[in-house]
Amino acid sequence: MHSKSITELAHSLRAGEVTSVELTQAFLNRIKQHQDLNAFITVTEEQALQQAQAADVRLANGTAELLTGIPIAQKDIFCTLGVKTSCGSKMLDNFIAPYNATVVEKLNNAGAVSLGKLNMDEFAMGSSNETSYYGAVKNPWDKTKVPGGSSGGSAAAVAARLAVCATGTDTGGSIRQPAALCGITGLKPTYGRVSRYGMIAYASSLDQGGPMTHSAEDAAIMLQAMAGFDAKDSTSVDVPVPDYSAGLNAPLTGLTIGLPKEFFGEGLDPAIAATLELAIAEYRKLGATVKDISMPNLKLAIPAYYVIAPAECSANLSRFDGVRYGYRCANPVDLTDLYTRSRGEGFGKEVKRRILMGTYALSAGYYDAYYIKAQKVRRLITQDFKNALAEVDVIMGPVTPSTAFGIGEKMANPIEMYLSDIYTIAINLAGVPALSIPVGYAADMPVGLQIIGNYFAEAQLLNIAHQYQQLTAHHQHTPHGFA
Amino acid sequence: MSLTAEDVNKIAHLARLGIDQHDVGAYAQDLSGMLELMTQMSELDTDNVEPMAHPMDQAQRLRADKVTEANNRDNFQAIAPQVEAGLYLVPKVIE
Repeated sequence: MHSKSITELAHSLRAGEVTSVELTQAFLNRIKQHQDLNAFITVTEEQALQQAQAADVRLANGTAELLTGIPIAQKDIFCTLGVKTSCGSKMLDNFIAPYNATVVEKLNNAGAVSLGKLNMDEFAMGSSNETSYYGAVKNPWDKTKVPGGSSGGSAAAVAARLAVCATGTDTGGSIRQPAALCGITGLKPTYGRVSRYGMIAYASSLDQGGPMTHSAEDAAIMLQAMAGFDAKDSTSVDVPVPDYSAGLNAPLTGLTIGLPKEFFGEGLDPAIAATLELAIAEYRKLGATVKDISMPNLKLAIPAYYVIAPAECSANLSRFDGVRYGYRCANPVDLTDLYTRSRGEGFGKEVKRRILMGTYALSAGYYDAYYIKAQKVRRLITQDFKNALAEVDVIMGPVTPSTAFGIGEKMANPIEMYLSDIYTIAINLAGVPALSIPVGYAADMPVGLQIIGNYFAEAQLLNIAHQYQQLTAHHQHTPHGFA
Repeated sequence: MSLTAEDVNKIAHLARLGIDQHDVGAYAQDLSGMLELMTQMSELDTDNVEPMAHPMDQAQRLRADKVTEANNRDNFQAIAPQVEAGLYLVPKVIE
């Protein structure tokens, strides 16, 4: 049961082969059995079983939707009414959210059963899940390796079949990179497609929630439930939501794929390059043509991102002051001491590093040199995407320069960790959608292919991913010990 | 461009962020490394480029000035570190 797709499970639930309560219990048991992965921060067993009972009622009375009764899990960045929402931080270890994020509300309304809250890098700042206050998550393919981050708990849980699918968020690659390192499918939608209301902010002009699933087919179903305009999110975009499943089977004949030379140069593991070549060969078989392109400003994505994201982070995280919610230090002597110590004791090192960087970049005398400069570079990078996507239908490339690295391996050198986001960051700066699908292995660890499309072209990306998944079985592989 | 321990302490003060004095040297080194990365941007001529703040270049939406939310004060204050009579308490600011 735990390896079935959403559509298959929806069918089993309707055929009476299994009830949502039974299914939910089975997943809760798996979560307990594989606790050593550390994928969950909070398991909401009681609420999950209540939601499952309600789902069984809907299934019986004919009001069920596709996701009704399907056990999913939420990244712990999404506020969940009455449930601890920690964002992976000591700062929010005591925070019981007083409202639901729009994404949570929408998935609840669809009847999905939430098993709990998934581990993540602290405030989504990290590429390995090692900055979490609750400890590192292990990669189910090799427990000595990281699952990627920041949605590392989400990726590990889906890969290990501890949930059918999960929510993630992506500011610089935090859905696509862990999806690639754990061998699952992850989609970062167009900026503004999925509501950010109740999704704890890291860098507001880059953050975007999306689905993490086994297949493109499942991602289409999950995105359908998550997407849509939300008046509560001031940057939500009012564009109609298409039927994401309707076009999955469209043929790819005539599709033009652009391969930016900047994505395949120095720094990319040759074993990954070889695996991607095989995947692109499959696309040729499906009728696509491939074109070499160039996006000259991509190389500046990392410097621009590490100004913009920390700047926005330093502004967003100023709300954590020990006054209204979250951690407060003991016995503050005055107001400054209350702020300084609550923040100093509540935040971990990586978060502090980014707050310091952002505060510096926004401070008097440096604002133009760093922040405005980075925003200008951001426009040029975006123009590269617009130019490329006028020439080709989609862009393909790697998600990561290497497969999953060892736990602890990169923690001593933050800059080296930042550089591992080289292929994902530019997409957030431009705001275009992109997904990662598993396309094989290098030294037994999963390799992801990134497919990048034009604004609001999620349906096209899902179609392109689905067609590959019809020809191949990588997305169905289960790590050893989790079958 | 490299930052000194003094710079780091000044930035930390601006951010009202307590940092362990043992870590100041490491932060200075990390931030200097990040700033070095950022100098790459100066290669690019951006003189006539408009800064980009939002991927859709979308303006802030306006709405009618009407109450849309119910009063949730009690729920919000239930999770506060210290409240009294509907007020958030902080150490005394004015003597």
